[in-house]
Amino acid sequence: MNSADFTVLLPLIVLGSTAVVVMLAIAFHRSHPLTATLTEIGLAVAFWSLWPAAAAVPRQVTPLLIVDRFALYYFGLILAATFAVVLMAYGYLERHDVRREEFYVLLVVAALGSLVLVASDHFVSFFLGLEILSVTLYALAAYLTDREIALEAGMKYLVLAAASAAFLLFGMALVYAETGTMEFPALAAQLAEGGAAHIWVLAGVAFMVTGFGFKLAVVPFHLWTPDVYQGAPAPVTAFIASVSKGAMFAILLRFFYQSGSRDLHASLLIFAIIAVASMIAGNLMALFQNNVKRILAYSSIAHLGYLLVAFEAGGPIGAAAGTFYLTAYMVTTLGAFGVIAALSSSGRDAEEIEDYRGLFWRRPVLAVVFTAMLFSLAGIPLTAGFLGKFYTVAAGASAAIWSLIFVLVVTSAIGLFYYLRVVVALYATEPAPDEAERPPLPAVPAMGGLTLAALTGVLIWLGVYPQVVLNAIRAAMSALF
Amino acid sequence: MSLVWLIVIPLAAGVIAGLVARRSALAARWLSLLAMIAGFILSVRMWLEYYPHISLLSQQKWIAEIDVPWIAGFGIHFHLAMDGLSLLLVTLTFLLGIVSVMISWREIRDGIGFFHFNLLWVIAGIVAVFLAIDLFLFYFAWELMLIPMYFLIAIWGHERRVYAAVKFFLFTQLSGLLMLVAILTLYFAHHAATGVYTFDYPALIGTPLAPHVALLVMLGFFAAFAVKLPMFPLHTWLPDAHTEAPTAGSVVLAGLLLKTGAYGLLRFVLPLFPDAAHRFAPVATGLAIAGILYGALLAYGQTDLKRLVAYTSVSHLGFVLLGIFIGTPLAIAGAFVTIIAHGISTGTMFMMVGMVQERTHTRDMDRLGGLWQTVPKLSGAGLFFVLASIGLPGLGDFVGEFLVLLGTYRVNPRLAALATIGVLCSTFYGLKFVARAFHGTNRNNWKLPDLSAREIAIVGSMMVILLWIGLYPQPILNTFAPAAQSIEQILAGPPTASSTATPAPPAAPWHSLEPVRLSPPWTPPPRGAGIPARVPLSLPSGAGSRPERSGFGTARAPLPVRGAGSVSPSVSPSAPERLVSPWRSPSPLAADLSGGNR
Repeated sequence: MNSADFTVLLPLIVLGSTAVVVMLAIAFHRSHPLTATLTEIGLAVAFWSLWPAAAAVPRQVTPLLIVDRFALYYFGLILAATFAVVLMAYGYLERHDVRREEFYVLLVVAALGSLVLVASDHFVSFFLGLEILSVTLYALAAYLTDREIALEAGMKYLVLAAASAAFLLFGMALVYAETGTMEFPALAAQLAEGGAAHIWVLAGVAFMVTGFGFKLAVVPFHLWTPDVYQGAPAPVTAFIASVSKGAMFAILLRFFYQSGSRDLHASLLIFAIIAVASMIAGNLMALFQNNVKRILAYSSIAHLGYLLVAFEAGGPIGAAAGTFYLTAYMVTTLGAFGVIAALSSSGRDAEEIEDYRGLFWRRPVLAVVFTAMLFSLAGIPLTAGFLGKFYTVAAGASAAIWSLIFVLVVTSAIGLFYYLRVVVALYATEPAPDEAERPPLPAVPAMGGLTLAALTGVLIWLGVYPQVVLNAIRAAMSALF
Repeated sequence: MSLVWLIVIPLAAGVIAGLVARRSALAARWLSLLAMIAGFILSVRMWLEYYPHISLLSQQKWIAEIDVPWIAGFGIHFHLAMDGLSLLLVTLTFLLGIVSVMISWREIRDGIGFFHFNLLWVIAGIVAVFLAIDLFLFYFAWELMLIPMYFLIAIWGHERRVYAAVKFFLFTQLSGLLMLVAILTLYFAHHAATGVYTFDYPALIGTPLAPHVALLVMLGFFAAFAVKLPMFPLHTWLPDAHTEAPTAGSVVLAGLLLKTGAYGLLRFVLPLFPDAAHRFAPVATGLAIAGILYGALLAYGQTDLKRLVAYTSVSHLGFVLLGIFIGTPLAIAGAFVTIIAHGISTGTMFMMVGMVQERTHTRDMDRLGGLWQTVPKLSGAGLFFVLASIGLPGLGDFVGEFLVLLGTYRVNPRLAALATIGVLCSTFYGLKFVARAFHGTNRNNWKLPDLSAREIAIVGSMMVILLWIGLYPQPILNTFAPAAQSIEQILAGPPTASSTATPAPPAAPWHSLEPVRLSPPWTPPPRGAGIPARVPLSLPSGAGSRPERSGFGTARAPLPVRGAGSVSPSVSPSAPERLVSPWRSPSPLAADLSGGNR
């Protein structure tokens, strides 16, 4: 390995060192503000190191990792999202009587796993990154050990993630057994020579789809989502919803585009079915929820369905549309869970719709931020979600996948209904029936408030003037083709 | 730049009003009012500047235009443009905006800042819809105007406001998404034909589409506009939304939001898909007639005054739809006058109902009655607007509906006869309104305050405007004429490959159509043979002597078309069908018909 290799790997190296430094700092001096500050510095430096790395890409570092513009774009996304999660988590953890500092170590390691995931073009690094991410997430989901529901969420996530990882491994093994390679580009060459038709390859890809499907939480691999979303602390849910899914979508794009598996008719069909099932089931089930976290969980299932429509569209426009949608979705979910985190008290998270009744008349700014996030999820103009949906439909229309677009249109109209339920509650003028018994709203922590303001700013910027991000995404996607 | 101001003024004023309301509610109200007045003055000034030059300006398409790149990656431009059609609608928007702020002066007492923010933003959204001619920008504005409207209904509405607001939102959103898919299909079809990605409306006109694709894409647009219009049977959101909205919300809904649907049909559906619209015309006109009759019938059955007025909207907007899809110059002009007149008369009707409700706390006819004895001015004004609504000659609505009926009769007398029944029915519900609410004995022994000076000012100016439209509609027709002509020219325009399945050869880029469209290669028929292409539309007094080109109602009419017969002698040999039907490619039926006539 020479210096250029280290340069492109700088983000990973910095993040890995951050984990070590933070851990040592905790060992010597337990201080919540210090730990959080160190974490943020590490994340900021890792983000800054994207620029030196960008000068040296694309570069294959060992057979395991490739750092190209695609990876760098997702690096940036993951680092920025983790940065926001840390800011939210600080105020959230301050209200809880737990050992707070280790949270940040876990979070940094999870982010590191995500980085490895998006930079991998080899089965080994793929699995390695995935496991680093998953194992830390088990612990994060169950971080508030005094809550039974959090423990349940952690256990559920552990069992199902382990099972899906087994499927993924088995799928990789089958593909390897048939083609004799674990590198994505080499795999593409093998498949192009006619290996695609072989039953073991098909079976292997199908097993791998299970693994992908679980992490992305698409139907029928979605069963963990509502429970984990509800049980995990709000900042962790934000992390799972944004970073974990984002990294998984990145590797989905990379694997299926670069290994040529996307050209298999069978995998396109499978993903089309999954997309339709996710859009329909996610939106329909969200209709019947009264818990905001569960609503967002089912809505995330639907949104991953929309993302798969972009994936189905294929080509540069499909990949770019998917990436833009994901960017918008990450900003939006971070904002939405940020509001939940800001309103949560030590006893419980603010997760019932009733908790939000009339919020606008008491906390107008917070309510407006939440409204913006919900409208973005619903795909209303001025927000990033609108352009994301627009881009996705455009990608679908360019590929003429009309049936998927039709399902997208109809289900997103259904989706409006439950977003509006929350919005209606936010602006309700009559108080909740048990208003008097409710504890007063907690003060919004300064850091969390700033983060939310920044996220709202980004949301509107993406929705009104997306040119800068679009250019970056298009440049990044060129690495895949 | 003034176009941008028209949008920015209400947007900025909305934000400021929302912020200052915490300190002073009065300041927020005055600020909103001043912003609306500023917008109104601006648009009236543009009208006055433009009016003397109509005949010149009909050569060029837009009165004012602004075009800057926005999202270059998609070929999206921030492209606003104004012609006579949008100018009048924008003026109407600000007029009703002033009214909406004024009638909310006492009605709205909670959340004043947020109310005015929403009111001004919905006005800004509507203005943007009328001005945007980049299809992406149009869709953007189209969706954006819904949200403040949703809040207006959901927060300041009446008893079932949440239900009504959600229903309104779902209907319009779903249909809007269909339009989005249609816009994108058109966008990619245009790219396939020309290699250019653009959402620009002038460039997209004449995009070649296979007939079945054109029909589907047209239906995508039509769905969005028909829901807004609202067309029977997609109207069910309307009575709920109108009834539950606060008075200002009802005025904006009935006066403006419905008009965006009609505007969309005139601006986009007809010019972009002339052939598909032609084929769809029998269905659209049939549904229009159904809407006219059904709306009138249900209006008669209501006891809630607001619901009654809401159903009359369904009926009146049926005339607009009928006029647009009959497609002759007279019918289109009639549809346009109906749009303006209905905006004023129905907007004021909702206002009167709001005033009644404010005083009596009920809208139920069964509990009203005898209002004339205690509030004679209010009742008299109410009678005036009811008469306008049922189409009394001399008032605005009459002119519009009469022109539509006239245009329809030329093409298809049966449709005209059916539509006339709708006019007849309107007398019943109108008289029921007056008889049950204003006449009779004052059973409740109400002693109510009559119209205040503020209310007299609003109602009085609306009366004057309606009388003006009713007695001298020529300025409106003249202003609209150039826009109408460009629509007509596209309908009648030079035959293009768009009606055939084969895409145009790249050698003939569709951009080159623009000058062609503006000055068509065919010579207008001599005076007396058809409506001269450059002469502003005139009142129907002279129309009887002028045989008229028939619209696409012909495709359905089994009857010989009178106009067609007398036109054919003067037809230039190069384009016989064009004068018989303003539609570019005659369907087999229309061809048969014109052949039969000759």
